[in-house]
Amino acid sequence: MKYDHQIISQIISEGSHVLDLGCGNGELLSLLRRERNAQVQGIELNEDQMHKCVEQGLTVLQGDIESGLIDYPDQSFDYVILNQIMQEIKKADFVIQEALRVGQKVIVGFPNFAHIRARLTLFWQGRTPINDALPYYWFETPNIRFLTIQDFIDYCRKKEIKIEQEYFLGKAGRIYSLPNLFALNAVFVLAGKTRV
Amino acid sequence: MPSNKKLHVDKKHHTQINKPAVSRKENSVGLVGTQYFSFAEPPEVLQLQSGLKLGPVTLAYETYGSLNADKSNAVLVCHALSGDAHAAGVHKDDGEAGWWNELIGPGKALDTDIYFILCSNVIGGCKGSTGPSSINPETGKPYALDFPLITIADMVEAERHLVDSFGIEKLLCVIGGSMGGMQVLQWASAYPDRLLAAIPIATALKHSPQQIALNEVIRQSIMADPAWRKGFYYEYGQPEKGLAVARMIGHITFMSDQSMEEKFSRKLKNDNLSFQFTDDFEVEGYLRYRGYNFVKRFDANSYLYITKALDYFDLSGDLFMPQTKKTNIRFLVISFKSDWLYPSYQSQEIVRLLKRKHAYTTYFDLTSTYGHDAFLIEIDDETRLIRNFLANINQ
Repeated sequence: MKYDHQIISQIISEGSHVLDLGCGNGELLSLLRRERNAQVQGIELNEDQMHKCVEQGLTVLQGDIESGLIDYPDQSFDYVILNQIMQEIKKADFVIQEALRVGQKVIVGFPNFAHIRARLTLFWQGRTPINDALPYYWFETPNIRFLTIQDFIDYCRKKEIKIEQEYFLGKAGRIYSLPNLFALNAVFVLAGKTRV
Repeated sequence: MPSNKKLHVDKKHHTQINKPAVSRKENSVGLVGTQYFSFAEPPEVLQLQSGLKLGPVTLAYETYGSLNADKSNAVLVCHALSGDAHAAGVHKDDGEAGWWNELIGPGKALDTDIYFILCSNVIGGCKGSTGPSSINPETGKPYALDFPLITIADMVEAERHLVDSFGIEKLLCVIGGSMGGMQVLQWASAYPDRLLAAIPIATALKHSPQQIALNEVIRQSIMADPAWRKGFYYEYGQPEKGLAVARMIGHITFMSDQSMEEKFSRKLKNDNLSFQFTDDFEVEGYLRYRGYNFVKRFDANSYLYITKALDYFDLSGDLFMPQTKKTNIRFLVISFKSDWLYPSYQSQEIVRLLKRKHAYTTYFDLTSTYGHDAFLIEIDDETRLIRNFLANINQ
Protein backbone atom coordinates (compact mmCIF):
# COMPACT_ATOMS: atom_id res chain seq x y z
CA MET A 1 0.00 0.00 0.00
CA LYS A 2 1.26 3.44 -0.85
CA TYR A 3 2.39 5.32 2.20
CA ASP A 4 0.46 8.49 1.35
CA HIS A 5 -2.70 6.40 0.93
CA GLN A 6 -2.15 4.92 4.36
CA ILE A 7 -1.84 8.39 5.84
CA ILE A 8 -4.95 9.65 4.09
CA SER A 9 -6.88 6.64 5.28
CA GLN A 10 -5.90 7.50 8.85
CA ILE A 11 -7.02 11.09 8.41
CA ILE A 12 -10.49 10.26 7.14
CA SER A 13 -13.13 9.55 9.73
CA GLU A 14 -15.49 6.58 9.61
CA GLY A 15 -18.42 6.75 7.19
CA SER A 16 -17.33 10.00 5.55
CA HIS A 17 -18.48 11.25 2.17
CA VAL A 18 -15.37 11.55 0.06
CA LEU A 19 -14.65 12.95 -3.38
CA ASP A 20 -11.34 12.11 -5.02
CA LEU A 21 -10.44 14.43 -7.86
CA GLY A 22 -8.27 12.59 -10.36
CA CYS A 23 -8.90 9.25 -8.69
CA GLY A 24 -6.91 7.18 -11.21
CA ASN A 25 -7.57 3.46 -10.93
CA GLY A 26 -9.51 3.93 -7.70
CA GLU A 27 -6.85 2.42 -5.43
CA LEU A 28 -7.25 5.11 -2.77
CA LEU A 29 -11.06 5.20 -2.91
CA SER A 30 -11.23 1.42 -2.59
CA LEU A 31 -9.04 1.63 0.46
CA LEU A 32 -11.19 4.35 2.02
CA ARG A 33 -14.35 2.40 1.37
CA ARG A 34 -12.86 -0.76 2.85
CA GLU A 35 -11.02 0.73 5.83
CA ARG A 36 -13.23 3.72 6.58
CA ASN A 37 -16.58 2.63 5.23
CA ALA A 38 -16.55 5.84 3.24
CA GLN A 39 -19.09 6.81 0.60
CA VAL A 40 -16.90 7.59 -2.34
CA GLN A 41 -17.12 9.52 -5.59
CA GLY A 42 -14.24 9.68 -8.04
CA ILE A 43 -13.62 11.99 -10.98
CA GLU A 44 -11.23 10.80 -13.66
CA LEU A 45 -10.60 11.47 -17.32
CA ASN A 46 -8.90 8.27 -18.46
CA GLU A 47 -11.37 5.67 -19.70
CA ASP A 48 -9.21 2.63 -18.88
CA GLN A 49 -8.61 3.86 -15.36
CA MET A 50 -12.33 4.49 -14.99
CA HIS A 51 -13.20 0.96 -16.00
CA LYS A 52 -10.87 -0.25 -13.25
CA CYS A 53 -12.80 1.89 -10.79
CA VAL A 54 -16.16 0.51 -11.87
CA GLU A 55 -14.83 -3.03 -11.65
CA GLN A 56 -14.14 -2.36 -7.98
CA GLY A 57 -17.66 -1.08 -7.60
CA LEU A 58 -16.61 2.54 -7.27
CA THR A 59 -18.66 5.50 -8.37
CA VAL A 60 -16.64 7.45 -10.87
CA LEU A 61 -17.49 10.05 -13.40
CA GLN A 62 -15.62 11.07 -16.47
CA GLY A 63 -14.62 14.67 -16.22
CA ASP A 64 -11.56 16.86 -16.13
CA ILE A 65 -10.06 18.04 -12.90
CA GLU A 66 -10.38 21.73 -13.59
CA SER A 67 -14.14 21.76 -14.14
CA GLY A 68 -15.03 18.64 -12.15
CA LEU A 69 -16.15 20.39 -8.97
CA ILE A 70 -18.04 23.33 -10.41
CA ASP A 71 -21.60 22.04 -10.12
CA TYR A 72 -21.37 20.53 -6.66
CA PRO A 73 -23.14 22.58 -3.99
CA ASP A 74 -21.12 24.03 -1.11
CA GLN A 75 -19.99 21.50 1.49
CA SER A 76 -21.23 18.51 -0.52
CA PHE A 77 -18.53 16.21 0.83
CA ASP A 78 -16.80 15.69 4.14
CA TYR A 79 -13.49 15.46 2.31
CA VAL A 80 -12.30 16.45 -1.11
CA ILE A 81 -9.01 14.78 -1.98
CA LEU A 82 -6.49 16.33 -4.35
CA ASN A 83 -3.77 13.73 -4.16
CA GLN A 84 -0.85 13.76 -6.56
CA ILE A 85 -2.61 16.02 -9.02
CA MET A 86 -1.41 19.47 -7.94
CA GLN A 87 1.63 19.13 -10.16
CA GLU A 88 -0.53 18.18 -13.15
CA ILE A 89 -3.23 20.83 -13.19
CA LYS A 90 -3.21 24.16 -14.91
CA LYS A 91 -5.51 26.21 -12.69
CA ALA A 92 -4.23 25.00 -9.34
CA ASP A 93 -5.49 27.94 -7.31
CA PHE A 94 -8.97 27.70 -8.83
CA VAL A 95 -9.18 23.96 -8.15
CA ILE A 96 -8.06 24.36 -4.53
CA GLN A 97 -10.59 27.14 -3.97
CA GLU A 98 -13.33 24.99 -5.50
CA ALA A 99 -12.30 22.07 -3.32
CA LEU A 100 -12.45 24.29 -0.23
CA ARG A 101 -15.97 25.26 -1.21
CA VAL A 102 -17.21 21.73 -1.95
CA GLY A 103 -15.45 19.94 0.93
CA GLN A 104 -15.70 20.41 4.67
CA LYS A 105 -12.04 19.53 4.58
CA VAL A 106 -9.59 19.25 1.73
CA ILE A 107 -6.67 16.84 1.60
CA VAL A 108 -3.83 17.89 -0.66
CA GLY A 109 -0.93 15.53 -1.34
CA PHE A 110 2.00 16.25 -3.64
CA PRO A 111 5.64 15.39 -4.23
CA ASN A 112 8.15 17.84 -2.75
CA PHE A 113 10.41 19.25 -5.38
CA ALA A 114 12.76 20.65 -2.77
CA HIS A 115 13.80 17.28 -1.40
CA ILE A 116 17.53 17.22 -0.79
CA ARG A 117 18.27 14.69 -3.51
CA ALA A 118 16.31 16.72 -6.01
CA ARG A 119 18.26 19.79 -4.97
CA LEU A 120 21.54 17.96 -5.31
CA THR A 121 20.66 16.56 -8.72
CA LEU A 122 19.80 19.98 -9.94
CA PHE A 123 22.80 21.62 -8.30
CA TRP A 124 25.56 19.10 -8.97
CA GLN A 125 24.37 17.39 -12.12
CA GLY A 126 22.36 20.23 -13.59
CA ARG A 127 19.61 17.77 -14.41
CA THR A 128 15.92 17.65 -13.67
CA PRO A 129 15.52 15.44 -10.60
CA ILE A 130 14.15 11.94 -10.93
CA ASN A 131 13.24 10.08 -7.75
CA ASP A 132 10.49 7.92 -6.24
CA ALA A 133 8.11 10.83 -5.91
CA LEU A 134 9.06 12.40 -9.23
CA PRO A 135 9.75 9.34 -11.37
CA TYR A 136 9.56 10.82 -14.88
CA TYR A 137 11.91 12.17 -17.49
CA TRP A 138 11.07 15.70 -18.61
CA PHE A 139 9.81 14.48 -22.00
CA GLU A 140 7.28 12.03 -20.62
CA THR A 141 6.20 13.61 -17.38
CA PRO A 142 2.54 14.51 -16.81
CA ASN A 143 3.76 17.18 -14.40
CA ILE A 144 3.41 20.69 -15.64
CA ARG A 145 4.52 22.43 -12.48
CA PHE A 146 6.85 21.74 -9.59
CA LEU A 147 6.08 22.87 -6.12
CA THR A 148 7.70 22.51 -2.74
CA ILE A 149 6.36 22.16 0.75
CA GLN A 150 7.44 25.72 1.50
CA ASP A 151 5.70 26.96 -1.66
CA PHE A 152 2.47 25.38 -0.52
CA ILE A 153 2.69 26.76 3.00
CA ASP A 154 3.37 30.22 1.56
CA TYR A 155 0.36 29.85 -0.71
CA CYS A 156 -1.94 28.91 2.17
CA ARG A 157 -0.71 31.84 4.20
CA LYS A 158 -1.26 34.25 1.34
CA LYS A 159 -4.76 32.93 0.61
CA GLU A 160 -5.64 32.71 4.32
CA ILE A 161 -6.28 29.00 4.07
CA LYS A 162 -6.15 27.22 7.41
CA ILE A 163 -3.88 24.19 7.50
CA GLU A 164 -5.34 21.81 10.09
CA GLN A 165 -2.86 18.99 9.82
CA GLU A 166 0.35 18.33 7.92
CA TYR A 167 2.19 15.10 7.24
CA PHE A 168 5.65 14.93 5.71
CA LEU A 169 6.59 11.60 4.27
CA GLY A 170 9.88 9.94 3.53
CA LYS A 171 10.22 6.62 1.80
CA ALA A 172 8.64 4.60 4.57
CA GLY A 173 7.98 6.89 7.48
CA ARG A 174 7.16 10.38 8.55
CA ILE A 175 9.70 13.18 8.53
CA TYR A 176 9.62 15.54 11.49
CA SER A 177 12.54 17.87 10.99
CA LEU A 178 13.31 20.10 8.04
CA PRO A 179 10.54 18.61 5.94
CA ASN A 180 11.17 20.83 2.95
CA LEU A 181 14.61 19.30 2.75
CA PHE A 182 13.92 15.70 3.68
CA ALA A 183 10.30 14.86 2.78
CA LEU A 184 9.52 13.23 -0.56
CA ASN A 185 5.80 13.81 -0.24
CA ALA A 186 3.53 16.05 1.77
CA VAL A 187 -0.09 15.63 2.78
CA PHE A 188 -1.97 18.66 4.07
CA VAL A 189 -5.45 18.79 5.57
CA LEU A 190 -7.10 22.15 4.91
CA ALA A 191 -10.21 23.56 6.53
CA GLY A 192 -12.98 24.13 4.01
CA LYS A 193 -14.51 27.53 3.48
CA THR A 194 -18.16 28.23 3.97
CA ARG A 195 -19.35 30.76 1.48
CA VAL A 196 -20.55 33.90 3.22
CA MET B 1 -50.85 -3.24 -39.30
CA PRO B 2 -50.52 -4.70 -35.88
CA SER B 3 -53.70 -3.43 -34.38
CA ASN B 4 -54.43 -4.02 -30.74
CA LYS B 5 -55.82 -7.41 -30.22
CA LYS B 6 -58.34 -6.85 -27.54
CA LEU B 7 -56.91 -8.48 -24.57
CA HIS B 8 -58.47 -9.02 -21.32
CA VAL B 9 -55.97 -9.48 -18.58
CA ASP B 10 -56.82 -11.06 -15.34
CA LYS B 11 -54.76 -9.16 -12.78
CA LYS B 12 -54.45 -12.07 -10.45
CA HIS B 13 -53.19 -14.23 -13.22
CA HIS B 14 -50.76 -11.68 -14.43
CA THR B 15 -48.67 -11.59 -11.29
CA GLN B 16 -47.95 -15.27 -11.74
CA ILE B 17 -46.51 -15.26 -15.18
CA ASN B 18 -45.52 -18.50 -16.72
CA LYS B 19 -41.81 -18.20 -17.08
CA PRO B 20 -40.62 -18.60 -20.63
CA ALA B 21 -38.90 -21.85 -21.42
CA VAL B 22 -35.30 -21.00 -20.67
CA SER B 23 -32.89 -22.10 -23.27
CA ARG B 24 -29.31 -21.97 -22.12
CA LYS B 25 -28.13 -21.84 -25.68
CA GLU B 26 -26.24 -18.62 -26.40
CA ASN B 27 -27.25 -17.29 -22.99
CA SER B 28 -30.65 -16.45 -24.32
CA VAL B 29 -33.78 -16.21 -22.26
CA GLY B 30 -35.23 -18.52 -24.90
CA LEU B 31 -38.73 -18.39 -26.31
CA VAL B 32 -40.83 -15.56 -25.00
CA GLY B 33 -44.32 -14.26 -25.49
CA THR B 34 -45.80 -10.80 -25.13
CA GLN B 35 -48.39 -10.26 -22.43
CA TYR B 36 -50.96 -7.54 -21.93
CA PHE B 37 -52.03 -5.45 -19.00
CA SER B 38 -55.09 -3.21 -19.06
CA PHE B 39 -55.98 -0.40 -16.69
CA ALA B 40 -57.94 2.86 -16.62
CA GLU B 41 -61.10 0.94 -17.39
CA PRO B 42 -64.24 3.05 -16.84
CA PRO B 43 -64.87 4.80 -14.57
CA GLU B 44 -61.11 5.11 -14.17
CA VAL B 45 -59.05 7.09 -16.67
CA LEU B 46 -55.42 7.85 -17.27
CA GLN B 47 -55.00 11.57 -16.71
CA LEU B 48 -52.61 12.89 -19.33
CA GLN B 49 -50.16 15.77 -19.03
CA SER B 50 -52.14 17.66 -21.69
CA GLY B 51 -55.17 17.66 -19.41
CA LEU B 52 -56.96 15.15 -21.61
CA LYS B 53 -57.95 11.71 -20.42
CA LEU B 54 -57.30 8.31 -21.92
CA GLY B 55 -58.89 4.98 -21.14
CA PRO B 56 -58.98 2.10 -21.16
CA VAL B 57 -55.24 1.65 -21.64
CA THR B 58 -53.49 -1.54 -22.60
CA LEU B 59 -49.76 -2.10 -22.24
CA ALA B 60 -47.95 -4.87 -24.06
CA TYR B 61 -45.09 -6.15 -21.94
CA GLU B 62 -42.61 -8.95 -21.54
CA THR B 63 -40.73 -10.21 -18.51
CA TYR B 64 -37.56 -12.24 -18.16
CA GLY B 65 -36.15 -13.89 -15.06
CA SER B 66 -38.15 -14.19 -11.88
CA LEU B 67 -39.31 -11.71 -9.33
CA ASN B 68 -37.88 -12.61 -5.92
CA ALA B 69 -39.96 -12.99 -2.79
CA ASP B 70 -39.49 -9.44 -1.50
CA LYS B 71 -39.83 -8.03 -5.03
CA SER B 72 -36.52 -6.23 -4.80
CA ASN B 73 -34.82 -7.41 -7.99
CA ALA B 74 -36.96 -5.75 -10.65
CA VAL B 75 -35.30 -3.85 -13.49
CA LEU B 76 -37.51 -1.81 -15.80
CA VAL B 77 -36.20 -1.55 -19.35
CA CYS B 78 -37.51 1.38 -21.42
CA HIS B 79 -37.35 1.29 -25.19
CA ALA B 80 -36.46 3.90 -27.79
CA LEU B 81 -38.56 5.50 -30.52
CA SER B 82 -39.34 2.46 -32.63
CA GLY B 83 -38.77 -0.22 -30.01
CA ASP B 84 -41.28 -2.47 -28.36
CA ALA B 85 -41.85 -4.77 -25.40
CA HIS B 86 -39.81 -7.53 -26.99
CA ALA B 87 -36.42 -6.70 -25.54
CA ALA B 88 -34.90 -10.16 -25.19
CA GLY B 89 -35.16 -13.77 -26.20
CA VAL B 90 -36.82 -15.18 -29.28
CA HIS B 91 -40.43 -14.30 -29.84
CA LYS B 92 -42.60 -17.38 -30.06
CA ASP B 93 -44.83 -15.90 -32.75
CA ASP B 94 -42.32 -14.68 -35.30
CA GLY B 95 -38.93 -15.97 -34.16
CA GLU B 96 -37.57 -12.41 -33.91
CA ALA B 97 -34.78 -11.72 -31.43
CA GLY B 98 -35.38 -8.98 -28.85
CA TRP B 99 -33.97 -5.53 -29.55
CA TRP B 100 -31.59 -5.69 -26.57
CA ASN B 101 -31.03 -9.42 -26.62
CA GLU B 102 -27.27 -8.95 -26.36
CA LEU B 103 -27.68 -7.18 -23.03
CA ILE B 104 -30.43 -9.21 -21.38
CA GLY B 105 -30.14 -12.88 -20.51
CA PRO B 106 -28.47 -15.36 -18.18
CA GLY B 107 -24.95 -14.14 -17.41
CA LYS B 108 -25.40 -10.96 -19.43
CA ALA B 109 -25.33 -7.35 -18.23
CA LEU B 110 -28.96 -7.53 -17.16
CA ASP B 111 -28.56 -11.02 -15.78
CA THR B 112 -31.88 -12.85 -15.77
CA ASP B 113 -30.47 -15.30 -13.21
CA ILE B 114 -30.35 -12.38 -10.80
CA TYR B 115 -32.82 -9.76 -11.98
CA PHE B 116 -36.45 -9.70 -12.97
CA ILE B 117 -36.60 -7.73 -16.20
CA LEU B 118 -39.75 -5.91 -17.23
CA CYS B 119 -40.18 -4.13 -20.55
CA SER B 120 -43.36 -2.61 -21.95
CA ASN B 121 -44.34 -0.90 -25.18
CA VAL B 122 -44.99 2.82 -24.64
CA ILE B 123 -48.46 4.28 -24.94
CA GLY B 124 -48.79 6.01 -28.28
CA GLY B 125 -46.90 3.08 -29.78
CA CYS B 126 -48.16 0.43 -32.14
CA LYS B 127 -46.72 -2.80 -30.77
CA GLY B 128 -49.61 -3.86 -28.62
CA SER B 129 -49.96 -0.85 -26.33
CA THR B 130 -52.73 1.69 -26.75
CA GLY B 131 -51.89 4.20 -29.47
CA PRO B 132 -53.38 5.99 -32.46
CA SER B 133 -53.89 2.71 -34.34
CA SER B 134 -55.87 1.21 -31.43
CA ILE B 135 -59.64 1.02 -31.54
CA ASN B 136 -61.33 4.04 -29.99
CA PRO B 137 -64.07 2.56 -27.79
CA GLU B 138 -66.28 5.56 -28.56
CA THR B 139 -66.30 5.05 -32.32
CA GLY B 140 -65.32 1.43 -32.80
CA LYS B 141 -62.67 2.66 -35.27
CA PRO B 142 -58.95 3.38 -34.85
CA TYR B 143 -58.31 6.58 -32.95
CA ALA B 144 -56.10 8.04 -35.65
CA LEU B 145 -55.68 11.76 -34.86
CA ASP B 146 -58.43 11.63 -32.25
CA PHE B 147 -55.79 10.02 -30.08
CA PRO B 148 -54.56 12.62 -27.56
CA LEU B 149 -50.97 13.83 -27.72
CA ILE B 150 -48.96 11.95 -25.15
CA THR B 151 -45.73 12.86 -23.40
CA ILE B 152 -42.82 10.98 -21.90
CA ALA B 153 -44.40 11.66 -18.50
CA ASP B 154 -47.59 9.94 -19.68
CA MET B 155 -45.59 6.93 -20.86
CA VAL B 156 -43.93 6.71 -17.45
CA GLU B 157 -47.29 7.07 -15.71
CA ALA B 158 -48.57 4.07 -17.67
CA GLU B 159 -45.42 2.12 -16.79
CA ARG B 160 -45.97 3.00 -13.15
CA HIS B 161 -49.41 1.36 -13.31
CA LEU B 162 -47.80 -1.78 -14.73
CA VAL B 163 -45.10 -1.81 -12.03
CA ASP B 164 -47.78 -1.33 -9.37
CA SER B 165 -49.72 -4.29 -10.75
CA PHE B 166 -46.76 -6.51 -9.91
CA GLY B 167 -46.74 -5.19 -6.35
CA ILE B 168 -43.24 -3.80 -6.87
CA GLU B 169 -42.65 -0.98 -4.39
CA LYS B 170 -39.16 -0.11 -5.42
CA LEU B 171 -37.46 -0.87 -8.70
CA LEU B 172 -33.85 -1.94 -8.41
CA CYS B 173 -33.14 -0.03 -11.59
CA VAL B 174 -34.72 1.77 -14.53
CA ILE B 175 -32.63 1.63 -17.69
CA GLY B 176 -33.02 2.78 -21.28
CA GLY B 177 -31.32 4.43 -24.24
CA SER B 178 -32.42 7.45 -26.26
CA MET B 179 -36.15 7.91 -25.62
CA GLY B 180 -35.77 5.07 -23.10
CA GLY B 181 -33.23 7.26 -21.30
CA MET B 182 -35.76 10.09 -21.14
CA GLN B 183 -38.16 7.74 -19.43
CA VAL B 184 -35.42 6.89 -16.95
CA LEU B 185 -34.95 10.59 -16.16
CA GLN B 186 -38.71 11.03 -15.89
CA TRP B 187 -38.95 8.10 -13.47
CA ALA B 188 -36.27 9.64 -11.27
CA SER B 189 -38.06 12.99 -11.37
CA ALA B 190 -41.61 11.77 -10.82
CA TYR B 191 -40.95 8.81 -8.52
CA PRO B 192 -37.58 9.36 -6.86
CA ASP B 193 -38.50 7.01 -4.01
CA ARG B 194 -39.37 4.15 -6.29
CA LEU B 195 -35.99 3.33 -7.78
CA LEU B 196 -32.56 2.58 -6.37
CA ALA B 197 -30.58 3.03 -9.55
CA ALA B 198 -31.02 4.74 -12.88
CA ILE B 199 -29.16 4.18 -16.14
CA PRO B 200 -29.95 6.81 -18.79
CA ILE B 201 -27.99 6.08 -21.97
CA ALA B 202 -27.40 8.30 -25.03
CA THR B 203 -30.15 10.66 -24.03
CA ALA B 204 -30.95 14.26 -23.10
CA LEU B 205 -32.89 16.36 -20.60
CA LYS B 206 -34.53 18.13 -23.52
CA HIS B 207 -34.44 18.22 -27.28
CA SER B 208 -32.29 20.91 -28.82
CA PRO B 209 -33.66 22.93 -31.75
CA GLN B 210 -31.63 20.69 -34.04
CA GLN B 211 -33.32 17.59 -32.66
CA ILE B 212 -36.76 19.19 -32.91
CA ALA B 213 -35.96 20.28 -36.45
CA LEU B 214 -35.03 16.76 -37.50
CA ASN B 215 -38.23 15.42 -35.97
CA GLU B 216 -40.26 18.08 -37.75
CA VAL B 217 -38.79 17.05 -41.12
CA ILE B 218 -39.63 13.46 -40.21
CA ARG B 219 -43.23 14.40 -39.39
CA GLN B 220 -43.62 16.58 -42.46
CA SER B 221 -42.45 13.79 -44.73
CA ILE B 222 -45.27 11.59 -43.36
CA MET B 223 -47.87 14.32 -43.44
CA ALA B 224 -46.91 15.43 -46.97
CA ASP B 225 -47.80 12.00 -48.31
CA PRO B 226 -51.37 12.23 -49.70
CA ALA B 227 -51.90 8.70 -48.44
CA TRP B 228 -51.64 10.03 -44.90
CA ARG B 229 -55.20 11.49 -45.32
CA LYS B 230 -54.87 13.78 -42.31
CA GLY B 231 -54.20 10.72 -40.20
CA PHE B 232 -57.34 8.79 -41.05
CA TYR B 233 -55.75 6.25 -43.38
CA TYR B 234 -56.48 3.03 -41.57
CA GLU B 235 -59.09 1.82 -44.05
CA TYR B 236 -56.74 2.50 -46.95
CA GLY B 237 -53.32 1.47 -45.74
CA GLN B 238 -50.24 3.29 -44.52
CA PRO B 239 -48.72 6.43 -46.08
CA GLU B 240 -45.86 4.22 -47.17
CA LYS B 241 -43.73 6.70 -49.06
CA GLY B 242 -43.86 9.33 -46.37
CA LEU B 243 -43.15 6.91 -43.56
CA ALA B 244 -40.27 5.33 -45.49
CA VAL B 245 -38.65 8.74 -46.03
CA ALA B 246 -39.22 9.57 -42.36
CA ARG B 247 -37.39 6.44 -41.34
CA MET B 248 -34.59 7.07 -43.81
CA ILE B 249 -33.96 10.43 -42.15
CA GLY B 250 -33.98 8.65 -38.81
CA HIS B 251 -31.40 6.11 -39.92
CA ILE B 252 -29.03 8.83 -41.11
CA THR B 253 -29.14 10.39 -37.66
CA PHE B 254 -28.53 7.06 -35.92
CA MET B 255 -25.23 6.50 -37.71
CA SER B 256 -22.05 8.58 -37.75
CA ASP B 257 -20.01 9.91 -40.64
CA GLN B 258 -17.35 7.36 -39.79
CA SER B 259 -19.68 4.38 -39.43
CA MET B 260 -21.28 5.20 -42.77
CA GLU B 261 -17.86 5.45 -44.35
CA GLU B 262 -16.92 2.06 -42.91
CA LYS B 263 -20.21 0.44 -43.83
CA PHE B 264 -20.82 1.87 -47.30
CA SER B 265 -18.05 4.19 -48.38
CA ARG B 266 -19.01 5.11 -51.95
CA LYS B 267 -19.54 1.51 -52.95
CA LEU B 268 -21.90 1.03 -55.87
CA LYS B 269 -24.69 -1.53 -55.92
CA ASN B 270 -23.81 -2.39 -59.49
CA ASP B 271 -20.44 -1.80 -61.01
CA ASN B 272 -21.37 1.25 -63.01
CA LEU B 273 -23.15 4.51 -62.48
CA SER B 274 -26.59 4.25 -64.03
CA PHE B 275 -26.94 7.91 -64.96
CA GLN B 276 -30.51 7.60 -63.78
CA PHE B 277 -32.24 8.34 -60.48
CA THR B 278 -31.92 4.83 -59.19
CA ASP B 279 -30.14 3.77 -56.03
CA ASP B 280 -26.62 3.64 -57.43
CA PHE B 281 -24.85 3.75 -54.10
CA GLU B 282 -25.05 1.09 -51.44
CA VAL B 283 -25.98 3.68 -48.87
CA GLU B 284 -29.02 4.61 -50.94
CA GLY B 285 -30.06 0.97 -51.25
CA TYR B 286 -29.63 0.53 -47.52
CA LEU B 287 -31.81 3.52 -46.67
CA ARG B 288 -34.52 2.45 -49.10
CA TYR B 289 -34.47 -1.07 -47.71
CA ARG B 290 -34.69 0.20 -44.13
CA GLY B 291 -37.40 2.68 -45.03
CA TYR B 292 -39.65 0.23 -46.80
CA ASN B 293 -39.15 -2.47 -44.21
CA PHE B 294 -40.17 -0.05 -41.52
CA VAL B 295 -43.50 0.57 -43.24
CA LYS B 296 -44.40 -3.07 -42.66
CA ARG B 297 -43.82 -2.92 -38.94
CA PHE B 298 -44.60 0.57 -37.70
CA ASP B 299 -47.65 2.81 -37.73
CA ALA B 300 -47.09 6.23 -39.29
CA ASN B 301 -49.27 8.03 -36.77
CA SER B 302 -47.37 6.42 -33.89
CA TYR B 303 -44.21 7.89 -35.41
CA LEU B 304 -45.83 11.32 -35.34
CA TYR B 305 -47.06 11.00 -31.78
CA ILE B 306 -43.84 9.63 -30.38
CA THR B 307 -41.59 12.16 -32.09
CA LYS B 308 -43.80 14.89 -30.67
CA ALA B 309 -43.46 13.38 -27.21
CA LEU B 310 -39.68 13.50 -27.65
CA ASP B 311 -39.81 17.17 -28.62
CA TYR B 312 -42.07 18.13 -25.71
CA PHE B 313 -39.81 16.44 -23.17
CA ASP B 314 -38.01 18.94 -20.96
CA LEU B 315 -36.46 18.15 -17.61
CA SER B 316 -33.73 20.75 -17.86
CA GLY B 317 -32.73 22.94 -14.94
CA ASP B 318 -35.17 23.05 -12.05
CA LEU B 319 -37.59 20.72 -13.83
CA PHE B 320 -35.28 17.77 -13.10
CA MET B 321 -36.15 16.01 -9.85
CA PRO B 322 -37.99 19.11 -8.58
CA GLN B 323 -38.97 17.60 -5.23
CA THR B 324 -35.52 16.28 -4.48
CA LYS B 325 -32.75 18.31 -2.91
CA LYS B 326 -30.46 15.39 -2.30
CA THR B 327 -30.93 12.03 -3.96
CA ASN B 328 -29.74 8.57 -2.99
CA ILE B 329 -30.51 7.14 -6.41
CA ARG B 330 -27.31 5.82 -7.95
CA PHE B 331 -26.90 6.97 -11.52
CA LEU B 332 -24.93 5.46 -14.36
CA VAL B 333 -24.95 7.92 -17.25
CA ILE B 334 -23.51 6.78 -20.57
CA SER B 335 -22.91 8.70 -23.78
CA PHE B 336 -21.00 7.86 -26.94
CA LYS B 337 -18.38 10.09 -28.47
CA SER B 338 -19.63 9.66 -32.07
CA ASP B 339 -23.31 10.19 -31.24
CA TRP B 340 -24.31 13.44 -32.93
CA LEU B 341 -28.06 12.93 -32.49
CA TYR B 342 -27.74 12.91 -28.70
CA PRO B 343 -24.30 14.47 -28.29
CA SER B 344 -22.23 13.83 -25.18
CA TYR B 345 -22.73 17.37 -23.91
CA GLN B 346 -26.38 16.51 -23.32
CA SER B 347 -25.41 13.62 -21.04
CA GLN B 348 -22.89 15.87 -19.33
CA GLU B 349 -25.73 18.27 -18.64
CA ILE B 350 -27.50 15.42 -16.81
CA VAL B 351 -24.34 14.83 -14.80
CA ARG B 352 -24.16 18.52 -13.89
CA LEU B 353 -27.70 18.45 -12.53
CA LEU B 354 -26.93 15.24 -10.64
CA LYS B 355 -23.98 16.90 -8.97
CA ARG B 356 -26.32 19.63 -7.77
CA LYS B 357 -28.48 16.91 -6.23
CA HIS B 358 -25.46 15.49 -4.39
CA ALA B 359 -25.96 12.29 -6.38
CA TYR B 360 -23.28 9.63 -6.48
CA THR B 361 -22.86 9.32 -10.22
CA THR B 362 -20.93 7.20 -12.62
CA TYR B 363 -20.56 8.75 -16.04
CA PHE B 364 -18.82 7.38 -19.10
CA ASP B 365 -18.40 9.01 -22.47
CA LEU B 366 -17.61 5.81 -24.32
CA THR B 367 -15.45 5.65 -27.38
CA SER B 368 -17.42 4.29 -30.30
CA THR B 369 -17.73 5.03 -33.99
CA TYR B 370 -21.32 3.84 -34.33
CA GLY B 371 -23.06 7.12 -33.58
CA HIS B 372 -26.38 7.02 -31.77
CA ASP B 373 -26.80 3.35 -32.69
CA ALA B 374 -23.89 2.60 -30.35
CA PHE B 375 -26.20 2.07 -27.39
CA LEU B 376 -27.59 -0.95 -29.23
CA ILE B 377 -24.24 -2.08 -30.61
CA GLU B 378 -21.41 -1.33 -28.17
CA ILE B 379 -22.46 -4.21 -25.99
CA ASP B 380 -19.05 -5.12 -24.53
CA ASP B 381 -18.41 -1.77 -22.87
CA GLU B 382 -22.01 -1.45 -21.77
CA THR B 383 -22.02 -4.95 -20.35
CA ARG B 384 -18.86 -4.29 -18.39
CA LEU B 385 -20.26 -1.08 -16.94
CA ILE B 386 -23.82 -2.11 -16.26
CA ARG B 387 -22.92 -5.43 -14.66
CA ASN B 388 -20.37 -3.92 -12.30
CA PHE B 389 -22.60 -0.99 -11.54
CA LEU B 390 -25.66 -3.07 -10.71
CA ALA B 391 -23.65 -5.53 -8.65
CA ASN B 392 -22.93 -2.68 -6.24
CA ILE B 393 -26.46 -1.44 -5.82
CA ASN B 394 -27.62 -2.44 -2.37
CA GLN B 395 -30.87 -4.25 -2.72
